[in-house]
Amino acid sequence: MNKKTQLALASLAATLLVAGCASSPSVVEFNALTDKIVKASFRDQSHVKVERITATDETNRLCSEADVAGKPLDEKTAKRIEEANLKAIKWPSDGKFIGDWKEGEKIAQSGRGLTWTDKADDTNGGNCYNCHKIDQKEISYGTIGPSLYNYGKIRGVSNPNDPASKAIVEYTWGKIWNAKAYNACSNMPRAGHTGILNETQVRHIVGLLLDPKSPVNQ
Amino acid sequence: MNKASSLAVATALALSTMPALAQKTASQGIDEYRAMLQDGNPADLFEAKGEDLWKKARGPKNASLEKCDLGKGPGVFKGAFVELPKYFADTQRVQDLESRLVTCMETLQGFNAAEISKTAFGHGEMANVTSLATWIAAESKGQRFNLSQAHSQEKTFYEVGKRLFFQRGGSHDFSCASCHGEEGKRIRLQDLPMLTKNPGDGVGFAAWPAYRVSNGQMWSMQLRLNDCYRQQRFPYPGFGSDATIALSTYLGVNAKGAASVAPAIKR
Repeated sequence: MNKKTQLALASLAATLLVAGCASSPSVVEFNALTDKIVKASFRDQSHVKVERITATDETNRLCSEADVAGKPLDEKTAKRIEEANLKAIKWPSDGKFIGDWKEGEKIAQSGRGLTWTDKADDTNGGNCYNCHKIDQKEISYGTIGPSLYNYGKIRGVSNPNDPASKAIVEYTWGKIWNAKAYNACSNMPRAGHTGILNETQVRHIVGLLLDPKSPVNQ
Repeated sequence: MNKASSLAVATALALSTMPALAQKTASQGIDEYRAMLQDGNPADLFEAKGEDLWKKARGPKNASLEKCDLGKGPGVFKGAFVELPKYFADTQRVQDLESRLVTCMETLQGFNAAEISKTAFGHGEMANVTSLATWIAAESKGQRFNLSQAHSQEKTFYEVGKRLFFQRGGSHDFSCASCHGEEGKRIRLQDLPMLTKNPGDGVGFAAWPAYRVSNGQMWSMQLRLNDCYRQQRFPYPGFGSDATIALSTYLGVNAKGAASVAPAIKR
């Protein structure tokens, strides 16, 4: 199986060399080769299907290509991706943005869900502390994302239901639901968009960040 | 045996003294715990087993692995680890240490390579592959990574590996680069090496195989990558699959000049 793939690749590479008259295969050809290798190398395991990576969307595809090239997306493409993701955000069905910060803290702590060793019906966590400082009492936090300690306080949110806070409340919901709506190639998962967290869970996370009573804002 | 039990004691001590260390910063405490781990590495046991497996006549052909060609000629094991993955003319593929060992187990000893590749980590002949890899790696301790990029397939695998490294996907949009693309980042308290360049001696590619204290297991590079992909929420990468070898080629070439400390000991 592996041997066959590699032999096929070798002959493909050779053909490409002759056809392309170039010294090495082109970007497009390497991309095609990578797709082929991915299909041959990964398999379904438990509830985790290969389609998760073969059927990935345009946002991921274009951002991956930009990463490989070592150049950020051009402004126009980035804007287009952000607009498409913004349009896809599902806003709270009952108009309520702020949930229970205590529940939000539990979700932020949990890294469970969606690996092949998790059960398919496990409640997913948000993995938030893996990358962010949030409640400063939790010293085990990651640094891939910015600190969220005092998130609401810094932004002057003393009453999330006040119309003056509307823009920041909506942005916070939107960022958690679909981070790519505001930064096309953000490292942050699209928690609502890809079904990591449901509406209720996102509401609790927004509460954790914006409720003035939340330890985040002490 | 003695080492393992003294390690267990060290671990227990480290854990019991953790609260007392509260005045120190958490990361100081963790550094001390890590320093204590260096006292004894149970990987020694796997090394010894690996050396034995190399020399012993085994398998349907009742032969040893002493004629196995790991890239530097039949039977040469010193220095082989820091030059893998590389292209092998006999199999006409790029192979990493583990897939190459499986090839030798098939051709020299008569084992079924496909069967071994399907075996779960830590079981049956797969556990033997891990021990062998641990010993072979240890025989290059201190040497610097220097992968070949002379063969066109080696270059191709580097390019494919680079694409795999930056491939975003799965439920969380994660790529390898999400965690390993920038300097000085951590997940929770775990430092993350930046793997797009040489991350330094004994870091990243130059640390595995490694003994994992937290679960008491010896982890090969194939298992390291497998578990990265699991946490990345990706589907399951086949053992010795081209994706894992291409990714290893990318990491290994980037690590050029890094001194190997494998087998390392990890929390």
